[in-house]
Amino acid sequence: MTGRPGRIAAWAGGLALACAAHAQGPLPNAAPRLQPDAARLHYDLQPRALARGTWVIEGAVDDFSRANGCNIINTAFIATGAGVVVINTGPSRLYGEQQRRAVAATVREPVVSVLSLNLHPDYFFGHQAWADVPTEALPGSIAGMQAEGRAYADNLYRLCGDWMKGTESTPSRQPVVLEAGTQTRRLGGHTLELHRLRGHTDDDLVVIDTTTGVLYAGGLVFADRVPTTPHADFDAWLASLDQLARWHAAGRFHTVVPSHGPVHSGLAGIEQTRDWLRWLTGLMREQAERGTDLAELLRTPVPPRFARWAAQPAELHRTLTQWYPRYELRALSAPASR
Amino acid sequence: MAGFTPTPTIRRRALLTAAALGAGGVRAAEDHTGGDPLGSMQWPTLRRQYLGQAPMRFAPEVLVKGPAFADDAMAVPLQVDARALAREGGGIERIFVVVDRNPVREVLDFEPLRALPMIAFRIRMEQASPVRAMVRTRDGRWHVGGTWVQAAGGGCTVPGATRADGSWSRTLNQVQARWFDNLIDGSRRLRLRVMHPMDTGLVAGIPAFFIERLQLDDGAGQPLWRLALHEPVAENPLITLELPTGVRGGLRLHGRDNNGNRIDAEVVS
Repeated sequence: MTGRPGRIAAWAGGLALACAAHAQGPLPNAAPRLQPDAARLHYDLQPRALARGTWVIEGAVDDFSRANGCNIINTAFIATGAGVVVINTGPSRLYGEQQRRAVAATVREPVVSVLSLNLHPDYFFGHQAWADVPTEALPGSIAGMQAEGRAYADNLYRLCGDWMKGTESTPSRQPVVLEAGTQTRRLGGHTLELHRLRGHTDDDLVVIDTTTGVLYAGGLVFADRVPTTPHADFDAWLASLDQLARWHAAGRFHTVVPSHGPVHSGLAGIEQTRDWLRWLTGLMREQAERGTDLAELLRTPVPPRFARWAAQPAELHRTLTQWYPRYELRALSAPASR
Repeated sequence: MAGFTPTPTIRRRALLTAAALGAGGVRAAEDHTGGDPLGSMQWPTLRRQYLGQAPMRFAPEVLVKGPAFADDAMAVPLQVDARALAREGGGIERIFVVVDRNPVREVLDFEPLRALPMIAFRIRMEQASPVRAMVRTRDGRWHVGGTWVQAAGGGCTVPGATRADGSWSRTLNQVQARWFDNLIDGSRRLRLRVMHPMDTGLVAGIPAFFIERLQLDDGAGQPLWRLALHEPVAENPLITLELPTGVRGGLRLHGRDNNGNRIDAEVVS
């Protein structure tokens, strides 16, 4: 809680938390305490040094609200020595502008690329501030941004009010082209591996900086916060988490930057997300087979290990409202008509 | 659009506003909600329209369970449970569900007959609103329970999925049903789904088209329960009821929509 811009977090030697997924307490959170100012529409973005040439700008571990400016996402930037790579641009035009100023105040190199890890709005709604820089995303993410951007804007204007001033959905322009699901970029002193995984959305871009051992996990990993599921494929998501765990075991990364929740070391966020998805899908399967109605299921308390997470129970209710009816219909499949 | 009478409501609201302004703060605590525990200014007109002069009370034991926020305004899950009143006033005659601030307020009217006085279903909501269950016992008294559901809204004025893609006509009035045991002692749960677009009539160019009546009869042709539905019931209604464990034999679900199309299906118990 005492971190400041420029403070180096203890990011090395991060295997200590590897088995901590079932621990009751929250993950250590080194993020600075933000004081967004709604009168000035100032997000109080505070880049925090995470590794060599690497900074994160952490959002609130929370649900969207006017109090937090709807800033609940972690963005990041890497000064490679051959230009800066920015990851995600936040929920609004104002976020993008303030992010750009924060980057410029921290590093001298020009920004050469802006990567959005999936199609969700807080991964790309700051793009208006980056109009002169290549904005890159997986082709499926770009198509999704184009299809759903307007609906996202409607929703965020309703939820966030003035913080959205002047924001227009501006999808990424440059498709990230992969070969066999992978691309390696050598930029200055950093090697970035780009991978396409699936499950949180149909196109989840993950970035591993093998130079610093940092994984930018996007929406595949949530920490201390209920995962969002509007475009989920639960089986594919679990398989992607297995893949991330294998890369971790192979030593490709030790530090995890999730899009939502504290930056942490090791497998804690991967295991939390896996634990949640298994519990959630098991709950829906069992309750549908029992005959429970959605109205009843929404009143079911969550197990204590999930109860302290941010966005509880609103995010769980969104998930159940969207997904449980499919399980109910499956359970009804025997027709009565003759 | 039966019972859809916007003008008196608007006029009434204007009068109330004028009265409040005229009072100039002298009677700042004046209650325009008729004592409604949900604090809704619609309640007095709603009461007059549906209950007239009949005796009524607010009854916290009439449970209306809905989400705090309607994440899907086209299918808001509700469960009404009036079992606590089962022995009161000669037993429960009907359960009438209304939504104060929907363009069509009436949702459904349920006569439990031999079923337990509880029912789950989904509705469309146009905006945040109180949702009420008005329970009439055989002695003519009304017992009113309710809950607030917040909503971004819009659920009544966009077409449902099967209307939007045109697939409704291939499945119209088909029935799926399944029994579930052991949720409530002495009762078996029946979950029913009837395929129907349930058009509200509030989408441009799409007239109201909805199931009006459903009834389940036992093997001897005697009704087990009766249900009247209105426009706000969600597309492809999924209805959950509780029936005595002793009910056996071939049951028959029948009913019709407002265009006269018939619903007729055997429900094997």
